Parts: sequence; structure tokens; C-alpha cells
Amino acid sequence: MSQYRDTGVVLRTWKLGEADRIVVLFTEHHGKVRAVAKGVRRTRSKFGARLEPPTQVALQLHEGRNLDIITQAETVENYRSVREDLDRLARGVSMLEVVDQLAQEGEPDPQLFRMLTGALRVLADDDPPLVVAGFFFKALTQTGFGPMVDECVVCGSDGPLVAFDPDRGGMLCGPHRLGLPVSADAAAVLAQILGGNLGAALALPASPVTSEVDRIAIAAMEHHLERRLRSPSVLEGN
Amino acid sequence: MSSYAAPVQDLIDELGRMPGVGPKSAQRIAFHLLKIPTEDALRLATAITEARQRVAFCTRCFNVTEGELCGVCRDERRDTTVLCVVEEARDIVAVEKTGQFRGRYHVLQGAISPIEGIGPEQLRVAELLTRLEPEAVTEVILCTNPNIEGEATAMYLGRLLQPLGIRVTRIASGLPVGGDLEYADELTLGRALQGRRDLETG
Repeated sequence: MSQYRDTGVVLRTWKLGEADRIVVLFTEHHGKVRAVAKGVRRTRSKFGARLEPPTQVALQLHEGRNLDIITQAETVENYRSVREDLDRLARGVSMLEVVDQLAQEGEPDPQLFRMLTGALRVLADDDPPLVVAGFFFKALTQTGFGPMVDECVVCGSDGPLVAFDPDRGGMLCGPHRLGLPVSADAAAVLAQILGGNLGAALALPASPVTSEVDRIAIAAMEHHLERRLRSPSVLEGN
Repeated sequence: MSSYAAPVQDLIDELGRMPGVGPKSAQRIAFHLLKIPTEDALRLATAITEARQRVAFCTRCFNVTEGELCGVCRDERRDTTVLCVVEEARDIVAVEKTGQFRGRYHVLQGAISPIEGIGPEQLRVAELLTRLEPEAVTEVILCTNPNIEGEATAMYLGRLLQPLGIRVTRIASGLPVGGDLEYADELTLGRALQGRRDLETG
């Protein structure tokens, strides 16, 4: 199999040599793929804007020794409103950064792929305040590290739960409180997201509660990845 | 274990640090330099030393320059009210070649890249803001690359500058002259359609 086809989302790119780029893609059937796009940085490249994050492309790749080579690319979805709005772009990029960390080369994860394209779609269409938090928690659950939010992780009591500790992987009741304090409203939203009612959480308008949930999601994800996420802080407060 | 004499190995190592030069190319260039007449090789050495010692960044626009101010900033015939913001000094050369711009420049020395953790504070954005009033700038042309980093940078600067009552423009996106329509990607072709103009018939 020297040639193969797949569809994937462009996660990030690196400059390579004079006019090439290394494109990191998360593909549906081949997991994370690092491939060379020859000549993309030239104005007359046949690839044009197709190989830029967060575009979803149908690809033909040529298997290389180290990096694969992209021979053809066709846009499936360009998420134009994400590209052309700074806030959406920042949120989209933070999801791409997380997938870049979670996904492994040669390990297909079609479910994570569907979650990513679904989240990008929602971000492009409606941009609800909790799209990133929802995606982070769902991605954690999918990798088997979903936090426990309906009972205290220490004693199992069901409430009231007042704190979130990424280290222990969930919510804590008053007597066992540790980590980030969590308001009752935010605790209810967390239970919605992780209890199969993501739609209700996504319908919430922006409020201090949604920012609180967002911060908890970032903390949980950073704890799981064991590194700080770069993208959420870069454009903060602008 | 290196099988070369130490100075040769040093030369190969240094050349190998250049962008786009791999170990094999470094070796080839090193042996080329050893083969050519001594004065030719030394001329290269002098050129590097001279360039490093004499070239600095323009204190106003951060273009590369030999003196305090770059050639563009020193040129009094240029329009000081229009400012063209570019990512790198080499972009100035590209814009200058068009002969379509008579204003001054501002080099950001990079672009915003959330994924690499490069934010506006790592660029020459503050320096751009301080130039606006003393130079009576009325229009800022955002001439960053039409890729994701360049567009993020343009959007960020647009947000920053528009409330100041300055005209903020973005260079157009469209089809490269001499190319074929069928190979254009959707985004570029879409923008070319959006930015279409009335046909001027002479």
C-alpha cells in the first residue's frame, strides 16, 4: 500500500524548507498523520488554502519512509466562519491543539474524529459558549478519563458537591473539598455535559457560569495531558 | 567519532545549522569552500561578518537597515500617512517590487500563532501603536500572509485599530495572474468573487 486515501482535519502546520509545509492531520481511518505538502507556500500552489487548520480535506497520500506526501487534496469543509472570526478561531485552535496531543500516529480513532468534526461544525454554525468545554469533557470520557461529577470521588455522597479536583478526577463534597471551588450552577452544568445532556449545556447563553465551566474543562484537560495548553491564553482578553 | 580534521568538522557542523541544509549538503559545501581559492572563501567570511556587524533593525519600522533608520523611513518623498503592516522584512521587498505603494512600512517580526503560543506581545504591536499619532497615520494596510496565522494577526490588529478612527484595510485575496480557475481552492475563489470589481473599460 504505497498510495492511500482518507479524510482528515488539518491540526497544524510547520514550515519545511523553501516552500513546503509539514501538515499534521487527524484522519478518520489512519489516526494522526504527518505529511509533507510540497510547494504549498507558493502563491500558485494547487493546494491553496486547503491545507490550513481547521479545514477538513479528502486526501490522497503517498506513503513515505518517514513522512507521507500529500498528492491531492480536496476540501470537504472549510469552516469558514471559524477562520474568519478571531474568537471562534481561538476556540477552534484549542480543540485542534488537544486532538494533536490526544491522537497517536497509526492509531485510528474514528469516534474522536467524529467528535472533532461535530464540534467544529457546531462552532462554525452557532458558536455556543460551552462548545470547547463540551468537547474537552467528551474527549476525556472517550479516552476513559472522564471526570466523575454526580457523586463525591472520595466518599460517594451525592451532594452538595462544591469542588473539582483534576487530580482525583472529579467532584468533591463539602467535607472532602480540594482543588477548584465550583458553584452549584456550574456543578449542575457539568452534570448535564457528562450525563448525556450536552445539548442543554450548549444552549446556555454566555454567563459567569459558562466561563467557570470552561475554566474547569481546561484544568481537567491540562491535567490529563500533563501540560499547559498554549492556545487558550494567547488571545485572552481581546 | 569524526573522521575529519577538527576545523573541517566544525565547518560542517556550522553549515549544517543553516535552514534547509542537511548533513550531506553541509559536507558538500564545506569541501567546496576548501577547494576554491582562499580569497573567494574569505570574501564569504567577510560578507557574513560585515552583514552581522553593520545591519540592524530600523528603530522606527523594524526593517533591516545599515543605519538608525531604513531606506524607506529616510526617504522624504514617501507618504507618511499610509502604513503597510507586514510580518517580515523580506515582505517589504515583495511589496516594493509591485511599485504600487508609496507609504511607509511596519514589520511585526512574526505573526500571531495560538498553537505555537505566539501572542501579540511577542510581536512589534506596541511599537506600531506608538507610531500612529506622531506620524499622523490615516490608513493602515494589513499586509500579513493570507494564511491562518497572518489572518489571525490581521483580525487582531483590525480590532485594535478600528476604534482609533483610522482607516484599516486588508490586502485582497484572489486568483494569481496567469493561473487556471479550475485549480483554485474554494476559499480563494470565493473571496475573489466577493471582492469582484466593476470592469473598467477604457
